[in-house]
Amino acid sequence: MQGTAGKDVIVTVLVAAVLIWALPLMVGTYTLTVLAIYAMLGLSLGLIWGFGGILCFGQAAFFGLGAYTYAIAAINTGESTLPMILAVIVPCVFAALLGAMMFYGRLGDVYLGVITLVVTLILFKFISSTAGPQYTIGTARLGGYNGIPGFPTLNVPGRPDLFIWGDALYYLCAVALLLVYLGVTWFLRSSFGRIAVGIRENETRMSLIGYDVRARKTVLFAIGAAIAGLAGALFANWGAIVTPGLFSLSQSAEIIIWCIVGGLGTRFGPLLGAAGLGYLKFLLGQQSMINNTMLMGLILVLFVLFLPRGVVPAAISVWRASIGRPRRAGRAGALRRNRRRGRTDG
Amino acid sequence: MAEPVLETQHLTMRFGGVVAVDNVTFTLRRGELRCLIGPNGAGKSTFFKCLTGLLTPSEGHVLMQGEETTGWPPHRVAALGVGIKTQVPNVMDGLSVQENIWLAARRFVPSAQAAAKTREVIDRLALGPIARTELGRLAHGERQQVELGFVAASDPWLVLLDEPAAGMTAGEVARMTEVIHELNRTAAVVIVEHDMQFIRSIASTVTVFHQGAILIEDDVETVMSDPHVRNIYLGKKA
Amino acid sequence: MDLTVVIGIEILYAVASLALISVGLAVVFGMMKVINLAHGEFMMMGGYATIVSVNLGINVFVAMLIIAPVVVGLIGLVVERLVIRHLYGRLVDTMLATWGLSLFFIGLATIIFGNTTTGISTPIPGVAIGNYQINGYNLFIVVVSVLLMIALYLVLGRTRLGLIARGTMQRPDMASSLGYSPERIYMATFFCGSALSGLAGAILAPLVGLVPTSGGAYIAKAFITVIAGGPSLIAGLVSSASVFGVIDQIFTFALSPVIGEVALLIAAVVLLRLLPQGITARFFRGRM
Repeated sequence: MQGTAGKDVIVTVLVAAVLIWALPLMVGTYTLTVLAIYAMLGLSLGLIWGFGGILCFGQAAFFGLGAYTYAIAAINTGESTLPMILAVIVPCVFAALLGAMMFYGRLGDVYLGVITLVVTLILFKFISSTAGPQYTIGTARLGGYNGIPGFPTLNVPGRPDLFIWGDALYYLCAVALLLVYLGVTWFLRSSFGRIAVGIRENETRMSLIGYDVRARKTVLFAIGAAIAGLAGALFANWGAIVTPGLFSLSQSAEIIIWCIVGGLGTRFGPLLGAAGLGYLKFLLGQQSMINNTMLMGLILVLFVLFLPRGVVPAAISVWRASIGRPRRAGRAGALRRNRRRGRTDG
Repeated sequence: MAEPVLETQHLTMRFGGVVAVDNVTFTLRRGELRCLIGPNGAGKSTFFKCLTGLLTPSEGHVLMQGEETTGWPPHRVAALGVGIKTQVPNVMDGLSVQENIWLAARRFVPSAQAAAKTREVIDRLALGPIARTELGRLAHGERQQVELGFVAASDPWLVLLDEPAAGMTAGEVARMTEVIHELNRTAAVVIVEHDMQFIRSIASTVTVFHQGAILIEDDVETVMSDPHVRNIYLGKKA
Repeated sequence: MDLTVVIGIEILYAVASLALISVGLAVVFGMMKVINLAHGEFMMMGGYATIVSVNLGINVFVAMLIIAPVVVGLIGLVVERLVIRHLYGRLVDTMLATWGLSLFFIGLATIIFGNTTTGISTPIPGVAIGNYQINGYNLFIVVVSVLLMIALYLVLGRTRLGLIARGTMQRPDMASSLGYSPERIYMATFFCGSALSGLAGAILAPLVGLVPTSGGAYIAKAFITVIAGGPSLIAGLVSSASVFGVIDQIFTFALSPVIGEVALLIAAVVLLRLLPQGITARFFRGRM
């Protein structure tokens, strides 16, 4: 077990290193940076939904919260190290409180979806309405619809004059993504991760075995939010502006589409879905024939109807079938059954 | 007489106007193996759910080893060292037998020992040949065995089983009986059951539920020959 | 005194419009256990159907009360045949698929109508109450809502059709063994639900500047009103619309419309936490 884990890490790092080096030869680093950020955001939802069975329709809330926290803190402190840390902590704490409220209330899937969606909307409405000068935190004006521009971007810790931007920001985001990916891998191998999967499979049974399902789901939810918050902070640096659009329903929908298309119950699926669809969006942005929103919607409908497991699990089973190796536990298949049950009860 | 490990005092459970469990006072002592029987709707499953924390009783108390556990959530009851098996097979369908048992073992031993404990339980229940199979692909009886594996993995001092023999083949029931006896060496056992054959083979004290209350409590042969009990089971003819 | 009347009417209007924007979703969710996240876009399309008809010279009331419901109902029918019917019994998957549809329709409307605001003027003039001027159209919305609730109650409770529909939703297997095709009943129900969404969108169209993304403003409110209402369709709708409408208006008067909306949403979250099965699961058990 330990041996294979070590080998996996080495292989992951090597493949990632080659990709990080090779991709800029084909695609501009400006685009690649945002793809890496999207991938991290996709991974955050993939973790809590695919492995924890938590259906969150508002992952964008934590993304936006991370971005705004960074922007506000950066304006107030004039550097970036503390703001980066806060951008992870604030969404994490917010999610812990929200999660505790939902999970200790034993709300079912659908209600979870409703509440996370509504919370995202509350944040969107609130932030959008903060145009007036009375809405300031420290020296940062929230700016309503126009958002917050002109905050200090990332600098080398301790050197506020040495900014990280352009290619350097790309390498930073790519490495951050790799670290988060390895962290998620480690987490899923740990007892806590394996127990989380058990809870995804059967909450009642896990509580009858003696696990406090509510507490564990809350913690997992908060971890997902922390990752989304980190992605949000990096996004703020990439765009050099934060706007209420980060909290929008369409942003939440996009994250969900990445996960469905890439494949739930895998680590690589949401990551691939995010980067792939993000790149598609970038390509579509350069023409005006096809409407991007319409295409994303169509993709979601078609995947739910025809390939609900997603690309990565489907590819894995095709590959396994073609080389004739016996199939082991179909994780995504199991998740699928859970979703099919679609409980409405609390 | 050994000390009581499980007691209920005036336990009552109402659903709207229906009284499913009516003022039940019940005692189980260390080392005992007790079957709860009764016709459909007698309240034994509701009583069982009040013990495990799946339901919060309307009135009365549940005590385990003298500690009041009334209204505790199931995970706290289980964490005391109580092994629970519910009526319908309740397992992690998408995971293998080994992974399922590991989850139960891990709750009570540190990570490093969980694998060894898992192997031990799998051997004990003779689940070796299917250890790597996903639960969703197993037959009903095998899934019941895995649930018993959860119970065994937690080294319980109290075991609560709801219809463990339901839908199993004769061979499976025989092995199940063996495992239950083995568990009974270290734990007091409560079994909710319908199947008279199975109850006789386990041979113990029996508590008969009728209309939410305890009708009679005695050893199995006495209860079986009691005319009142026969009436309840066969329909009131007398 | 006049102010009290005006505030009373405003609150009544808030409740009525909440009920109006939720009724289509409530029918589809209550009867079929399908959460249609494209509900807001169905409303948006109802609005466009009205505006296009009016611009073609059709009477505004004909456009709102007949053309819009029929057009959106037919769109709903296509959606049911192509997508929803494959997903019955899979609540989460239907939510995801209809979310996809919602994005699809937003994109489609953007292509057809462009990303600009369009609108029509309100067809009913204002009414004076003492020194205050109130919007006559708001009263119209209150009347339509009340009539709609009564009609829904009569159809579901008093007609054979309603009985068959309710029976099918409870036990599809029994209904089919009695000779009713659940498939056709689901189809008809989804048509009606969509038509109601279209009607709501049409009636609200004169009050808002319509853009392709207008649906987003409705979906959350409709969603929480229906979910918070719980299992009884009409009683749930009316009670939760009342709770949220009153809260919305109180905060709107006291602070601002944005705070009113935020208060409404927070109230919904709190309510769902306290009554996860909805209001009627506790207080109106077993009623329609």
